[in-house]
Amino acid sequence: MPIPHDFEYAKPSSVDEALDLLSEYGKNAKVLAGGTDLANLLKQGFPVPELMIDIKGLAELYQIKLTGDELFIGSLVTFTTIIKSDIIKKKFNILWDAAHLVASNGVRNRATMVGNICSAVACMDSAAPLLVHDAFIHLKSKNNERKLPVAQWFVDNRKTAINEDELVMGVSIQLPKQKYAGSYQKLMRYSGEDLSQANVGVLALEDSSFRVAFGSVGPIPKRSLKIEHFLDQKEITAAVIEEAKAMIETVIAPITDVRATKEYRMHMTKVMFERGLKEAIERLNLLKN
Amino acid sequence: MVKKLKKTNNMKKISFTLNGELRYVTIDNSDILLEVLREKLGVKSPKCGCDNGDCGACTILLNGKSVRSCLIFAAEVEGQEITTLEGISKNGLSPLQKEFLAQNSFQCGFCAPGVILASTELLNNNPHPSLLQIKEAIAGNLCRCTGYTPIIKAIQTVADRNYEKTV
Repeated sequence: MPIPHDFEYAKPSSVDEALDLLSEYGKNAKVLAGGTDLANLLKQGFPVPELMIDIKGLAELYQIKLTGDELFIGSLVTFTTIIKSDIIKKKFNILWDAAHLVASNGVRNRATMVGNICSAVACMDSAAPLLVHDAFIHLKSKNNERKLPVAQWFVDNRKTAINEDELVMGVSIQLPKQKYAGSYQKLMRYSGEDLSQANVGVLALEDSSFRVAFGSVGPIPKRSLKIEHFLDQKEITAAVIEEAKAMIETVIAPITDVRATKEYRMHMTKVMFERGLKEAIERLNLLKN
Repeated sequence: MVKKLKKTNNMKKISFTLNGELRYVTIDNSDILLEVLREKLGVKSPKCGCDNGDCGACTILLNGKSVRSCLIFAAEVEGQEITTLEGISKNGLSPLQKEFLAQNSFQCGFCAPGVILASTELLNNNPHPSLLQIKEAIAGNLCRCTGYTPIIKAIQTVADRNYEKTV
């Protein structure tokens, strides 16, 4: 289907050039990376940008860099690149797992992880892994630079805290100083490609603390500090898991849509939470031994 | 054909390598690559199935990687390399294509170009994939006719042999 509205197209060769354009056009420009979400939106007739800024010429945004404890993933890193990355496999395994489950290889070859959180569709796969690791979003504009905690990034379905003139440079996490292991659970209608009907991210840490995040069961993905505090320092018995699962009802607010009913999502989130928790603990135990 | 609501004066000339040949084409910035390939360059193998990246019928190889041409603007591929099924079979059928024929893997053929490109990419990167890897590689290519089994079998057959990189 042709796109009903034409636009200007620019492919800046430096970040400064891109930021100049964003400062000039603001909300009338759209940043184009993989385009797997944006192209769909444009076909539906909205948004109607005056300018498309293709950032794929910006070499520095393609890097995955480990500096000391900080793991930085540039905004042009695709899910395929994440899957091929040894650093991410070893140090950020929950994101590595999630990357495998995004769409299909043809989409993963183009779609970027940062694009995923900028589109901020409720069912995104990148959110839970970033949330359980307290990631930072690195933002730059012509006259400013800031690092935003991921917990403040998601504002509503398809809405983030980005300013009109800002470009996301990448995302970083601080690697925990203790042993840790994560698990990402995604509910799909069938194996192969699908959007998540519900997803859960669990991080188990050596000091017997946990991080838990839920996605696709509310307008924005969220950590559950309530469940994390409950699990903290406890021996994770069947009874403890059952009690934590019951708490999920007060934490998430799934809806009914074409992919699933809210009752099914609620039920399955509890199942996936249990799977994720057990898998994270099992992996952590393997690391400890 | 949806009429463009805004008068466009962005017609510009781009060039890229298509199946080994340098090609020039005049486009609007909002032109989708799939449509440019089919309507302006006469390359008919990539198909429009779902038009939103789910079905894989529009799959092409961009710089050797399988991508959804229905989600790419033609403007983005300036200076890059595109391979379609026409390019794979430029000098005769590839080993994969011969095996798909031998095993009668396709019926209506609509999904075939996408499947062939996805499996070509797979075997180029991994000459001896496991069954799971084969399934994952074509997971984004939906087929309504075959139930996938004869497609997977053909890929497995080629994977079990010595594979020479195509393209």
